[in-house]
Amino acid sequence: MEAPVPPPAIELIGISKRFGAVAANREVSLVVARGSIHGIVGENGAGKSTLMSILYGFYEADSGEIRIAGAPRIIRAPADAIAAGIGMVHQHFMLVETLSVAENVLLGAEGGRRLKGGLSQVRAALARLSQDYGLAIDPDAIVGELSVGLQQRVEILKALYRGAEILILDEPTAVLTPAEADQLFALLRALKAQGKTVILITHKLREIMDVTDRVSVMRRGEMVAHVATGETSPPALAEAMVGRRVLLRVEKPPREPGPPVLEAVGLSCRDGRGTETLKDVSLTLHAGEIVGIAGVAGNGQSELLEVLAGLVQPSRGVIRLDGRILSSADRHPARLRERGLMHIPEDRQRSGLVTAFAAAENAILGYQHDPAFGSGPLLSPARIEAHARDAFAAYDVRPPDPALKTAKFSGGNQQKIVLAREIEREPRVLLVGQPTRGVDIGAIEFIHRRLLALRAAGVAILLVSVELEEVMALSDRILAMCGGRVTGERVAEAADERDLGLLMAGVTDEAA
Amino acid sequence: MSAAPVDLPRWADTALVPLVSVVAALLVAGLVVIGIGENPLEATALLLRGALGSAEGIGFTLYYATNFIFTGLAVAVAFHAGVFNIGGEGQATMAGICAAIACAALGSAPGFIPGFLAAPLAILAAAAGGAVYAFIPGWLQAKRGSHVVITTIMLNFVAATVIVYLLREVIGKPGSMQPETPDFPAAAILTPMHQLLAPLGVKLPATPLNTSFLLALAALFAVWLLIWRTRLGYAIRTVGANPRAAAYAGISPAAVTMIAMAISGALAGGLAVNEALGVQHRLVLDFTAGYGFVGIAVALMGRGHPVGVGLAALLFGVLYQGGAELSFDKPTITRDMVVVIGGVLILFAGALDGLFRRLVAGALRIGRGAA
Repeated sequence: MEAPVPPPAIELIGISKRFGAVAANREVSLVVARGSIHGIVGENGAGKSTLMSILYGFYEADSGEIRIAGAPRIIRAPADAIAAGIGMVHQHFMLVETLSVAENVLLGAEGGRRLKGGLSQVRAALARLSQDYGLAIDPDAIVGELSVGLQQRVEILKALYRGAEILILDEPTAVLTPAEADQLFALLRALKAQGKTVILITHKLREIMDVTDRVSVMRRGEMVAHVATGETSPPALAEAMVGRRVLLRVEKPPREPGPPVLEAVGLSCRDGRGTETLKDVSLTLHAGEIVGIAGVAGNGQSELLEVLAGLVQPSRGVIRLDGRILSSADRHPARLRERGLMHIPEDRQRSGLVTAFAAAENAILGYQHDPAFGSGPLLSPARIEAHARDAFAAYDVRPPDPALKTAKFSGGNQQKIVLAREIEREPRVLLVGQPTRGVDIGAIEFIHRRLLALRAAGVAILLVSVELEEVMALSDRILAMCGGRVTGERVAEAADERDLGLLMAGVTDEAA
Repeated sequence: MSAAPVDLPRWADTALVPLVSVVAALLVAGLVVIGIGENPLEATALLLRGALGSAEGIGFTLYYATNFIFTGLAVAVAFHAGVFNIGGEGQATMAGICAAIACAALGSAPGFIPGFLAAPLAILAAAAGGAVYAFIPGWLQAKRGSHVVITTIMLNFVAATVIVYLLREVIGKPGSMQPETPDFPAAAILTPMHQLLAPLGVKLPATPLNTSFLLALAALFAVWLLIWRTRLGYAIRTVGANPRAAAYAGISPAAVTMIAMAISGALAGGLAVNEALGVQHRLVLDFTAGYGFVGIAVALMGRGHPVGVGLAALLFGVLYQGGAELSFDKPTITRDMVVVIGGVLILFAGALDGLFRRLVAGALRIGRGAA
């Protein structure tokens, strides 16, 4: 009966895992063939990360079985997973920035008290690995000085050095430029050619289509589809993820921009250590226009938002709102809000919300002095709750329970709470950071529609996003940033990904 | 995706967990009592009878509770703003000094201020003294980055030294060997409860309980109103829970830190009001007697909520008064033993809180699974 084909690299059979009342994984089964690239897609909270954490030994499944290369394995800790030949590259790198590449690869696999022997082994292994996969890297380079793309390469080398036959990558392209992402995919294909197995967790459907052989779709803790990548399409995958049809790209009607509303000239900014994070940035926002900032995370976009929102004072430069120069007293979040400049911060959990508060309390954050919410120094809980009830209904926040603790809402619904709070005040300028980060596909569509509706209503919008697709879909004009500078500007219709990718990597028009 | 903090229903969080902590602490204390050869049940009965068994006992219990309400609220208010004010002792000391100076001024110019204003003025002086003395570490943290835990504990020592100097050299009773001030003018003194209620036909034994207790109850309500019903309280809670979000909302974490510390210090001043204006009727050395530190335990046990602080203050009041009676009846159980019991209680209610939350969460889950 048994065919002589090799058993699959990984078989997960009936994996279930509960966290309290939440079933994160329900009877999940997955078969990953040896020597293939297998994609796993799903919305936030669909259970992808939990499943991979079980495979890597961070959690133990309540029930179910794991088979590696046909043999049942019990994986209680990452050490068991590594012993079984599984390597994981986390979204947030687990590297010591002050150590060299070789030392990082050695870390945790020293094999004795003295480092010398291990280090020379690592050097030999690194030389071999870079030959096999074209992974050129200097073993003596300090990790903190490497680009993000190379740091990720160190993570992959770490896994390979430990003998990984199966490599799990969790959202690997979130921090990469398009060119770096292409290099990563070339590497994954090379690994596959050598017989390694790759599991790729992502929410970018284009990547799935580009690089995987098969794809599994998760929804609400269950596997809802296993298909060969060649036999599916992005809309079909999106529908499987959400459970209904979704528009991946919203319609953007043409619109003539109005007069300039917000102008910044020559903005520079230094961080606490004196490093210049913004260098001579100038931009103009017109009424009824969306200006997108394209850039890899950490290239000054966050600082630009913070300076414009009055959270950080620029070291040089001028900001004009409605043609009038803002004094340093004007550049205060509360003053700017009064003048119609609203801000949806990049990191809603750290700056846009107090997750320990009831949702209704977060719906007034920044507007706690509004007379509508109380009288004199007192706040009225009834009025705050009524206000939240209306806002949550209008923005389809689920569950529509103003008394529920904010931390218990999903990422998308938390974002809707912030969105509702800032948009319902009828802003004239809206600064938006990462509007759809950690937001599921269904909510992305909703948020994009809202932003375009504001554009139609004449609001000047600055959109900062690391999702290049999002910037291209929504913007009228696109500014690319690299190293704190604006490296180029494109009209959205004329922009293409390759061209923007070069600008984001710092190749300016003048240099080209 | 690390281990999530234990999430409990509200009633379990506010009532069940503290109750479990207290019971566990009492069991451990019981073991200690067995260890020295006494019957823990008998000791508990004596303790409860001593604290609550007579009008006199209750009077003493509430007098102690008054101190704990003030110092507990002081810690709780600062805690809501995310700062750990452990300088209640020093702030109360300064409050006592200011109240004493105000009383000296009132006494030196009798008739200058109408009598009915004397006590309120002395109370205000105490509150102001505590507020200013807490504002200093607040300012140091907000503007200079010096940690409040370090500065408040240091300022406790400073205050302890200043009061010695002042009582010896400046405001002390002339010709007295005791480090204490002359008696305060009668108009500045807070009426004892048994005198206050006597005209109404209520006969109470003489205890230290005075109108400060009513002030403490008012403070409980005022703090609840401040933290949960005012815009300032909203700002305080925002800064305490997420300073970045506060800055985003246009709230200045520095300003809120300083304001919350000042309010906290004013509340700690209540300890001086009760002890100096209400009981001793003069300023004596070491009147704070560690109440400021116990306030930390009271605030932790009460989860920073005025209702919880009130109940925890009552519990410590029972322990102080009942403990005193117990050590009187049972010479083997000394005053120090009672301190041990208090210490175990603090340990269980404060430090081991997370452990009990986990246990309670586990028990609730099992209960739900069986149902």
